[in-house]
Amino acid sequence: MTSPTTEREERSTTSGAGAEPPRTPRTSRWGSLPLPARHLLLAALGLAAVTGLLFATGDLTALRIAAIGYTMLAIAGLQLLVGGSGQVSLGHGAFMMIGAYTMALLILHQPMLPLAANLGIIVVVSIVAGVAVGAATARLHGPYLAGATLILAVGLPGLTHRYHEVFGGSNGLNIRTAGAPPFLDGLLSTSEWRALVVWTTVVIGLAVLATISAGRLGRRMRALRDDETAAAMAGIPVGKTKVVAFVIASTAGGLAGGLQAYVLGTVTPSSFTLVLSLTLLAALVLGGIGSLWGALWASVAIVYLEIWARDLARAMDMSRNAENNLPVVFFGIVLILILRFWPLGVHGALQSLRARLRARSSSS
Amino acid sequence: MNYFITLTLNGLASGAAYAALALSLVIIYQATRLVNFAQPALALLSVYTAYTVTQLTGSYWLGFAAALTTGLLVGAFVERVIVRPIARTSQLNAIIVTLGLLLVVQGAVGMIWGNEQHGFRYAFSYVGRFSPADVFSLVAVGVVALLLFGLYRFTPLGLRMRAAAFHPEAARLSGVKVGLMLTAGWGIASLIGALAGMLAGPPFISPNVFDVVFVFGITAAVVGGLDNPFGAVIGGLLIGLGMSYVSGFVGPELATLTALAIVVIVLSVRPDGILSRPTARKV
Amino acid sequence: MNAQTLPGAAGNGASPDAEPILAVENLSASYGAVRALDNVSLAVPAQGLCAVLGANGAGKTTLLRTLTGLHRASSGRVLLEGEDITRLPTEKVITRGLAHVPEGGGVIVELTVEENLRLGGLWRSDRRSSTTFDEVMDLFPPLVERRTKTASTLSGGERQMLAIGRALMGRPRVLLLDEPSLGLAPLVTKQIFTLLRDLRDRIGLTVVLVEQNAAGALSVTEHGYVLNQGSVAAEGPSDGLLADDRTRHAYLGF
Repeated sequence: MTSPTTEREERSTTSGAGAEPPRTPRTSRWGSLPLPARHLLLAALGLAAVTGLLFATGDLTALRIAAIGYTMLAIAGLQLLVGGSGQVSLGHGAFMMIGAYTMALLILHQPMLPLAANLGIIVVVSIVAGVAVGAATARLHGPYLAGATLILAVGLPGLTHRYHEVFGGSNGLNIRTAGAPPFLDGLLSTSEWRALVVWTTVVIGLAVLATISAGRLGRRMRALRDDETAAAMAGIPVGKTKVVAFVIASTAGGLAGGLQAYVLGTVTPSSFTLVLSLTLLAALVLGGIGSLWGALWASVAIVYLEIWARDLARAMDMSRNAENNLPVVFFGIVLILILRFWPLGVHGALQSLRARLRARSSSS
Repeated sequence: MNYFITLTLNGLASGAAYAALALSLVIIYQATRLVNFAQPALALLSVYTAYTVTQLTGSYWLGFAAALTTGLLVGAFVERVIVRPIARTSQLNAIIVTLGLLLVVQGAVGMIWGNEQHGFRYAFSYVGRFSPADVFSLVAVGVVALLLFGLYRFTPLGLRMRAAAFHPEAARLSGVKVGLMLTAGWGIASLIGALAGMLAGPPFISPNVFDVVFVFGITAAVVGGLDNPFGAVIGGLLIGLGMSYVSGFVGPELATLTALAIVVIVLSVRPDGILSRPTARKV
Repeated sequence: MNAQTLPGAAGNGASPDAEPILAVENLSASYGAVRALDNVSLAVPAQGLCAVLGANGAGKTTLLRTLTGLHRASSGRVLLEGEDITRLPTEKVITRGLAHVPEGGGVIVELTVEENLRLGGLWRSDRRSSTTFDEVMDLFPPLVERRTKTASTLSGGERQMLAIGRALMGRPRVLLLDEPSLGLAPLVTKQIFTLLRDLRDRIGLTVVLVEQNAAGALSVTEHGYVLNQGSVAAEGPSDGLLADDRTRHAYLGF
């Protein structure tokens, strides 16, 4: 992540559409770099920032930072789909589930494979799943697509019960993943190492998403979102573009799920409920659609609202039932309030705040 | 063959509940072009209210009345206070706010009544093939559908509601309080949703008892056409039958994925549902 | 066409010098930063036939929409029979006796002809609304046989009749019409204009007619206003405007 103060530049140079990451102020040399290189540099910067944060904070926070990482990747993928191409998917959790189970099965049955190979296989599996679902739903629009993906989110966990021998039923699968390599002993704890692995994957994923979004494909998707008929008349292959958007989103979701399994060491069907899918989409809107910053705020909100709600429940000495349910209630209330007062989400609110501050400082 | 008949009768009875839920989705969609994803949560709240009232009074029917009343009031409240101010800003935000409500209500029900299952009784005996409870389900939904048809077709309120749904501006120019009609629509829809909950809830209720019912309800609504109340009822019964056969012959875990397959296949052939009629919205 | 008994302002024959039934005072309205109406003032006498003319985008439709509260006025007042209705919501404005037939008629195509008509009179809770229904039906013979068909089956002219009929079901004192001639054959347009004059003569209806078809509108009305870029550029008796070459060339394009 670059410094938030650079956001203004983006606002003034682009129309603000699409999921482009913030850019640093344009020096001539920076501007002459090709876009993917720029995004990769930003990714490296972001990774450095996360590393610094990891060293500055404790072991417990490392797990939270890891959680923010994979959640952000999932939401960024969803953002490309919803904010980019305008398809509302309520089933994003299903793709996370596919990635998570793929990771668990690979570690259980092919323990010798390196993690990078596992992630590569997850990408392939997610692409296949994305093509299947995307092609099946390409003709569905608006509420119909939302309904179909919702059914996917509810229905997929049922498979783990049906094929109990493979997926472990409601107990799920437990896996052991390696900690930090020996030469880093004493320098990084296991959690910190995992957080770093997660974020390395995440920043690469984000750079790819940003590059796609800024390129021809991203423009085509936004054209679709704005007016499907007009896009079709302009020669954009509507069906194909929709499926591709779906595949990109499912891949990001699958990777995120795989990383989650890697960090938590366990996958159960109860982690991939309808509530997860709904939360991902809701958080995206809460964070602010149309910018990767929105995905960051969204994932921070998901992780920290849950923690705060649990702390609050404990502080108020609530019953177990209350403690378990307070996070989701809390999240829902925050979501409704944000939509009520900041329709463009946290990112939109911050942008307008910054614009107001700028206007004030330039007028004085 | 005997088994097949049993499955058919069971399917019709559970289909009645799906039909009611689908109906409640369609009523709101017709009026606001919005799928109310909070509908199962509102039904949940109604059913838990019925549970408590029945516990306190010992009367099932007092609980039943309490559920319908809760549905009516909560639906109207939600439209007026929560959805309307947000629906003005964007369509996506309106969908998201119903999702937010779903989360809040489901969680709140868990906080108040607990995550564990509670026993919840049927209206009538459920013993036997095509039990009195099954008959009640079908009759109740049939009566509701007829009442709804009568309301829409023959009463001034129904005419106002349809006008507000089809053409809000023309309705206002005819002196119709469009906002009030939306609130009324949400109230009526949620009342029907509460009925669906009362039919689908037994024998046990828990905070996510309606997740799967909702899936079948939305499948029914989508298959029938989101703006066609008749389609919703027919769709509900068909989905009830289909799911009953799938559960009986293949396995209950696959029922939801079968629903997904049905949705995808139907919509690929008819993008607006089986009973959709292509109407020109703008004149 | 027997509409003698159609109620409304019947028996309330105001003299031309009396206070106008509809008075618009310095009305302004905007869409975002774009000013659509700028200090517009009109005075429509009771039982008057008044035309509002102007090119596309001159603010004619915005004027009508602001009068009935479909669009918010940013400043100025609208008085109906001396009562300030500027800030009333549309559904209340209608019940004060101001009817508005929007561009295209605003007929609800999913409803039947009869349902469309009944809708217009629903807010009047009096028992006589069924007599109004028969009276309106008498005015528009083509609608009688289509009574149970959905409005989507009507022709353009029939839709316009239905829209006017629905407005009359509320027994308005003043009827606002937005481009009733749009897309209609000249003969049908003429029929509708004649009908408006008839309604005025028989039941004392006041009519404000927004038109691009300036020649047609001026030939049927008594008074005309010409809007240009949101303000009144010219006004006067209709025959005067029709004869005034400068106004005609500058704003009316014929």
